[in-house]
Amino acid sequence: MDATLAASGQALRARDQRSERRRRQMKFWGVALLFFLYPFVDQALGIDRLGSWISIMIFVLLAMGLNIVVGYAGLLDLGYAAFFAIGAYANALLTSPGSFFVREGYIPEPLQHFWPAMAISWVVAAIFGVLLGAPTLRLRGDYLAIVTLGFGEIVPNFFLNAVSITNGPKGINPIAKPTTIPLPFGHELSFGATDQRNWYWLILVVGVFSVLLINRLYDSRLGRAWQAVREDEIAAASMGVNLVRTKLWAFALGASFSGFAGSIFASAFQFIDPSKFEFTISIMLLSMVILGGLGNIYGVIIGGLLLQFFDRILAEELNGPLHWIGDQTGIGFLQDHDVSQDRLLVFGLALVVMMLVRPGGLFPSARRKAEMQPEEEDVRVQETQQLYDIRQQNEPAVGERA
Amino acid sequence: MDFNWQLFAQYLVIGIATGSLIALIALGYTLVYGIIELINFAHGEVFMMGAFFAATVVGLTGVTATSGTASVVLAGIAGLFGAMAFSAAINFGIDRIAYRRLRSAPRLAPLIAAIGFSFILQNIAIYWKGANPISPPSFLPPEIYTNVLTEWFGLSTTIFLTVLDVVVVGVTIPLLIGLSWFVYRTRLGKAMRATAQDREAAALMGIDINRAIGVAFLLGGALAGAAGMIALYYDNSARFQMGFRYGLFAFTAAVLGGIGNLAGAVIGGLTIGIIWAMSDGFMKEYISGWGAQWTPSVIFAVLVLVMVFRPSGLLGERTADKV
Repeated sequence: MDATLAASGQALRARDQRSERRRRQMKFWGVALLFFLYPFVDQALGIDRLGSWISIMIFVLLAMGLNIVVGYAGLLDLGYAAFFAIGAYANALLTSPGSFFVREGYIPEPLQHFWPAMAISWVVAAIFGVLLGAPTLRLRGDYLAIVTLGFGEIVPNFFLNAVSITNGPKGINPIAKPTTIPLPFGHELSFGATDQRNWYWLILVVGVFSVLLINRLYDSRLGRAWQAVREDEIAAASMGVNLVRTKLWAFALGASFSGFAGSIFASAFQFIDPSKFEFTISIMLLSMVILGGLGNIYGVIIGGLLLQFFDRILAEELNGPLHWIGDQTGIGFLQDHDVSQDRLLVFGLALVVMMLVRPGGLFPSARRKAEMQPEEEDVRVQETQQLYDIRQQNEPAVGERA
Repeated sequence: MDFNWQLFAQYLVIGIATGSLIALIALGYTLVYGIIELINFAHGEVFMMGAFFAATVVGLTGVTATSGTASVVLAGIAGLFGAMAFSAAINFGIDRIAYRRLRSAPRLAPLIAAIGFSFILQNIAIYWKGANPISPPSFLPPEIYTNVLTEWFGLSTTIFLTVLDVVVVGVTIPLLIGLSWFVYRTRLGKAMRATAQDREAAALMGIDINRAIGVAFLLGGALAGAAGMIALYYDNSARFQMGFRYGLFAFTAAVLGGIGNLAGAVIGGLTIGIIWAMSDGFMKEYISGWGAQWTPSVIFAVLVLVMVFRPSGLLGERTADKV
């Protein structure tokens, strides 16, 4: 009797889980469909914002890559813009007629097109992820953060100064575009300067593909190893997790997504120069990840959309109303305030407020949440008593009451 | 090619002046790291705010180059102390608002908050003085650029050591002496050192930990403010972004000397200052195509190499298990 009950209970639970998963999949594809349809809405309503959405989605894609390193593996990377730069420059150097390598004839003709170049940039970014990640393996926490920051400064500085190869501050232009894709019924997908819609869809497809890939990664053996290393390196190592390999994969795969994003960025905007990959970009991406919720890919996407929406659209649209209010009320500051000047403040506030109020982000990942607020009192006490480092906030520090 | 001693000595002079400036900033990193193991990422911006405030104060005094030596010196002192007080208040305020609440949070939380504050301060600086570089109100008479070596000592040399260089080093040294007196000779300094060694034990001995930590932020901020005033007139310009590069160079200096170690920060600061000056001016004599544009790469490379191969710095770290 008991056995049958248990069995049927298990079956019920399994069905629940299945339907839960199906619900989640429905939601995912539903949202993807909404994004797919947006260009028609944009056109029908005359919003004319597809150009902004292209860059918004590129940065969301970057945030997803950074989330692998920071959110999954727990390695605070302050120089992620370097990989973005490497991805973009790899594509440009492979395909631009102005590139040193193309001029000297080092690049075989078949590689001088967008698709092979994107694949190569993906690999190049991953390789640099390993190269720049390897020296940091021995370091922990804040030291690792500073070393990645150092690399994040050296890479754009190199692109800026190696004028004979990268054309320095003048940048590289033009950059190869994707070849036209023929469609049935005489249609075609072309990627000219006026085909913003096709660009948008291209990035959307890459983005959806990346989400699926990252989700599979998260549930894989490697993904679980990342989380184990993030929680406790020593425990993970003693359970047989290879620390070096696990961390290097995080750097490589995290960086590889910026290879996609970088090459699409270079090709869509047809121009790159070193100033596009400054430290501010690394921190903006970090703010997106932290605002949304470290380690939760959907949270990161929402955080990214929020901050990018502010940066690319709201900052421009708010100026008009603000100036109007300023004119009506006579507040001088509002009359000629430019909201795009507030972006550093917004990124900074996102970081500070989230750290103080909601360190898990707007949408904390389920596992992180469990770690932050253990249900059982015993676990909580244990967690808080162990090390200085991992004591939780609700435990008053020594001397704090003073 | 013969070694160009003249040129080397010239850039050594510049390097020592810049280096003492960097040492002042580096001490702020080292004081705070030594006591709560936090890389105070906003420290560079605290320095930048000091420079901006110094420009305001000197402007308010209305002193110009023709006002006479006494007024010029007084205006300089007003700018220096104003900037010190202002930066100290900001640094202390940030600790009070954010870091103190994150004392027991995971280690990276205060670091991320510090990065956030560095951006917030940069934005405030844009509101305050705009996004373009400002030039400070000029109150220094042209004599500040006379060559000490030829005019005062009557040496016949082409090396330029200006009065300004002497003033920069002359302001730095008393500050350093004052700091080490405070840390090693006063009760509060002793409390700071005890807190750095073992926070819990210090609290059990009746030391007010938050006060000791607050004092570290005050001192670090004050030194950064002094550096701000010096940088403002040494570079003759200031910009909301200046804190980033100076801050990271100074952080490199602190790590190079062994973070948490006061003497190390000074030695590291001088070293970085000299590397900076050599890379800016001296290297191009020997390597064609070299120039100041490569300096950031050189210094960040030093940062990465020290962190990776000798994280305890040249003089060794005072506390264990940092990495």
